[in-house]
Amino acid sequence: MWTLGPLGFTVPLLLLGLIILPILWLLLRAVPPAPVKRRFPGVALLLGLQDDESQSDRTPWWLLLLRLIAVAALIIGFAGPVLNPTDSRAGTGNLLIALDGSWAGAPSWTARIKRVDALLSEAVRDDRPVSVINLSNLPAGDLTFSAASTWQSRLANLQPQPWQPRAVADWVSAQTTNFETQWMSDGIDWEGRTAALSAFEAKGTVTVFQSPRATFGLQPAVFEDGAITLAAIRTPIGVAISVPVTAIGLDPAGTERQLQTVTLEFEAGNATGKTALILPPELRNRITRFEITGQRSAGAVTLTDDALKRREVALIAGRGSREELNLLSPLHYLREALVPTADLIDGTLTDILLANPDVIVLADVATLAGTETDGTITWVENGGLLLRFAGPRLAASDLGRDAEDPLLPVRLRSGGRSVGGAMSWGEPKELAPFSDTSPFFGLAIPDDVTVSAQVMAQPDPTLATRVIAQLADGTPLVTRKPLGEGQVVLVHVTANAEWSTLPLSGLFVQMLERLAISTRPAAGDAQALAGTTWQPTQVLDGFGRLQDGGALAGVNGEILSTKFAGPDLHPGLYSGAEQQIAVNVVTPDATLNVAAWPARINVQGMAGMRETAFKGWLLAGALGLLILDIMTSLLIGGRLRGPRADVAMALILMLAFTPEAHALTDEEAIAATTAVVLGHIITGDADVDAQAGAGLLGLSQTLFRRTSIEPNDPHAIDLERDELAFYPFLYWPVTADQPLPSRNAYGKLNRYLRSGGMILFDTRDADTARFGSGSPEGRKLQAIARGLDIPAIEPIPQDHVLTRAFYLLQDFPGRYASRDIWVEASPAGAELAEGMPFRNLNDGVTPVVIGGNDWARAWAVDQYGNRMFPVGRGTAGERQREFALRFGVNLIMHVLTGNYKSDQVHVPALLDRLGQ
Amino acid sequence: MTKAQTLRSDAQGLAAPMPALLAAADQLASTVMLGDHGRRRAGMGDIFWQYRPAQQGDEARAIDWRRSARADSNFVADKEWQIAQSVLLWVDQSAAMQFTSDDNISTKSACARTLALATAILLTRGGERVGLTGRRLPPKRGAGQIRQMAELLCKNDNSDFGSPDTQGLLPHSRALFISDFLGGIGPTKAALFEAADRGIKGCILQILDPQEEAFPFSGRTSFHSMGGSITHETLSADGLKKRYLDKLAERKDALQTLARQTGWQFHTHHTNAPATSALLWLYQSLEAQ
Repeated sequence: MWTLGPLGFTVPLLLLGLIILPILWLLLRAVPPAPVKRRFPGVALLLGLQDDESQSDRTPWWLLLLRLIAVAALIIGFAGPVLNPTDSRAGTGNLLIALDGSWAGAPSWTARIKRVDALLSEAVRDDRPVSVINLSNLPAGDLTFSAASTWQSRLANLQPQPWQPRAVADWVSAQTTNFETQWMSDGIDWEGRTAALSAFEAKGTVTVFQSPRATFGLQPAVFEDGAITLAAIRTPIGVAISVPVTAIGLDPAGTERQLQTVTLEFEAGNATGKTALILPPELRNRITRFEITGQRSAGAVTLTDDALKRREVALIAGRGSREELNLLSPLHYLREALVPTADLIDGTLTDILLANPDVIVLADVATLAGTETDGTITWVENGGLLLRFAGPRLAASDLGRDAEDPLLPVRLRSGGRSVGGAMSWGEPKELAPFSDTSPFFGLAIPDDVTVSAQVMAQPDPTLATRVIAQLADGTPLVTRKPLGEGQVVLVHVTANAEWSTLPLSGLFVQMLERLAISTRPAAGDAQALAGTTWQPTQVLDGFGRLQDGGALAGVNGEILSTKFAGPDLHPGLYSGAEQQIAVNVVTPDATLNVAAWPARINVQGMAGMRETAFKGWLLAGALGLLILDIMTSLLIGGRLRGPRADVAMALILMLAFTPEAHALTDEEAIAATTAVVLGHIITGDADVDAQAGAGLLGLSQTLFRRTSIEPNDPHAIDLERDELAFYPFLYWPVTADQPLPSRNAYGKLNRYLRSGGMILFDTRDADTARFGSGSPEGRKLQAIARGLDIPAIEPIPQDHVLTRAFYLLQDFPGRYASRDIWVEASPAGAELAEGMPFRNLNDGVTPVVIGGNDWARAWAVDQYGNRMFPVGRGTAGERQREFALRFGVNLIMHVLTGNYKSDQVHVPALLDRLGQ
Repeated sequence: MTKAQTLRSDAQGLAAPMPALLAAADQLASTVMLGDHGRRRAGMGDIFWQYRPAQQGDEARAIDWRRSARADSNFVADKEWQIAQSVLLWVDQSAAMQFTSDDNISTKSACARTLALATAILLTRGGERVGLTGRRLPPKRGAGQIRQMAELLCKNDNSDFGSPDTQGLLPHSRALFISDFLGGIGPTKAALFEAADRGIKGCILQILDPQEEAFPFSGRTSFHSMGGSITHETLSADGLKKRYLDKLAERKDALQTLARQTGWQFHTHHTNAPATSALLWLYQSLEAQ
């Protein structure tokens, strides 16, 4: 093979043929186009006539050029040009195909697997033992090399992992066998990649497959200053680009949907892009994750946890807002503690209950109005958290003295106690360490937290279980009881620094967090998470899809605190006692770098490997040019005339234009919609179609004369191309040999029937056949109706609305007077209307009427208005025709007015009710 | 049906709607024989012409006694003088006449034969005697003559262009020459002058294909005569068109002049035109003489 840049030639010697092109040019120039030989008797008159000197006898230069290009294309084509020729040298020995297999490769995973498949096919040809591994999911133990074909069948099992490879070098060094490595890189750098490369090189040659590809990573969303800040990183760092990011969450109905879409802008040369998203709290709290749209990778998804959620906390202080100093306000410390992490609501309790907050804090509020109490209880039972603080008012009130108040966790002793004050004995009490059943377990208690006054809980059998924090002397400090789905918590001291120093300490904030009143990212706090176990609820796979995490083992708090996704910590959502923590693939401080390889490594592209042979294209092109040459030569030689020219023109036109699909023109549509237009289906039998058209014309004229329906001339309808929606009524004469409608036409027909259209099927054979006797038309009708959405049908009942839609009728004759007419079955429970000879039937318009009375021919009129076909004999026949027309009028009335006449049955009742 | 039968039935069909064609016979000659052709004067014949008073010299058996009995004098019934004319046809049967530019229109020779035979049928019906020049078919009457003529007309000639054959032309008879007259004009001229010398009058009908009239060619073209003996090659046929049409007009003009000099009639018929128009012309021109 001889290569010229990326182009190789299989038979390069043939290219020498290009030398003849100039010779060919001269040769072709010298030879004028061959003459047309014509027999012509007038030649005797031509003798002696000379040609004009100015007449060119040479082939035009552009025709020469065309021919030369064609010949050159032939020569080059036969020389076998190949783009990106591959050297097919067979490898030997063990082959390891290693994939990075991280989330970064997920978007192009199919291409990767295809490439691996190609490599395996090559290995099958070379008969090499192969092993395929995912570096992000290293197999335990030694590598097993087996036949490449067995690996090919297992390829579907390879999935990208939602983390990046780690500790690969050690694993490679531990291998005992030597192998050649073909390494499918995901294109981004990871920790330990260089070491892994060295380890692989120690085992054998390494070939890397990597193609440049934009990779995006979405960093966890952060809530700052009332807005959600979204940041994303990218590689390679290039031009400015904007990436759409979607916020996904549950809507009030519990369905997952896109809540908001923002565009994240990367500036040129900047690796990080940021955007802010301001959402109302209601919407914001619903967000479960953000995704970069169109990136199928775990890195393009970031899950949100409680860190993003902002609880709505209502603060209510005891009544009688005195003008007092801020620091003495019972709500001051709560406000300070909660403002950074929660949305605070002020207002009266009644208003607040309407807003349905997550938490209501009652600071030293003793009594609530009756409705307020009921509302609050309901709210708590529905999952609210009521946090109460004690205070002088609560201590002074009789609340919870004798019986347990539903809105207090414990009964209270009157008065409370104060210790360590100027007028009392003893020292202010300190807090006892939190027990392991307490939600505060693990919080460090600062030394300076003391309590000098508190309300006391009445000793009670249930008290012990309700205490979640107590003082060093065992008196309860915080008590809690569940109420419905919610809970009531009482802090036995004030929310300000009056009774204790607790509100002044950091412990106060932490306790509020633990009570899930304020929410803050719990991550990074290894100490706080120590000893806890978290259950993954939802985990991400490599493609960024959420999977149920219920089958996975719980994760230790210490591991969770690292927030570093790996095999032992799947990225996903972990739930603990009160909180949810999200572990994301891309950490806030993560960076993305393109994997760079040393020069000694053979790096191949992922897709650019395909050989492209141009031989076929060049030969086809040459053929096309030669055909063009024939055409132009004929044209120049004056031979392209008469039928030849027609054929050539037709060919050119056929190539240039594909026939346009014929559709209902606007004029037809407007004609069909400006007035009522009856339609009949084209059966393909010209006679039947003409009769149907004439019949509908006759019916239209009758309607025009007798009723307020004034139809235009009927239309013939081609099921395959016409729009049916314009026609309220279709007449379908059934012939034995008409073709079945196409699937598309059936779709249209069913849509038509469902949307209230009516089709009158007429088998036109009532003189010879009855239903079920299997005439050819009847069988055809069955075949047609098989694909139609027709409800259950029944022979027309005596009280059907068709019998009284306009005329009172009992028979529905056409040219034949059979009584076999079928309509949609009436509902089973219809009852006889009171005082009426018919039932209460309020179903809609029957979508089909099926019969064989050959109505069209009974209705048919010619262009002069004369009846076209005889009906019956003499006066009786004319009477039958009159009834046929009346049936037509009733039918169209029924189509257009529906069950109006059926509703008339209610008129007496309506009149009665109106007091007439 | 054989070719001859086809040709004959075609010609019969064409001749059917025409009135009997009566060739003028203003000269009496020795070749003239009694026929159905009334001369509008008394003479020998079968059909009553007029009664005239018997004159000196009239034979007694010539007296019409029935007429004479109604008057005092004797009357003789004159008969109309009737003669039959000989019309000799020459139809070009050369290769050039085999040409047609389109499958939908007939060849020139088919057109010429049909016209010739139709004329012959009309003449026979009018009581004339028809024949072919070149001593091939002496003038006679009757259906057998027509059949024989049809057979002779169906023969093709291999020569490229034909020229009128004056052999067998009876003096003072009528002649009809049908050809395309695209070959040399010399033989035609000689034939016409010879005929005129013998007191023969007649018609020349030139039959041309529409393509010969239009010359719709372009590009490099090599023209061959139908026999292949004459060729002409041109690099651009379009350039020749005007000059060819000039030459054609010149040829028609020469024929017209020749006809005028010899007292003949000349007409050009195109194969794509209805044959009846040509037959009508033939009828009118033969009538006029």
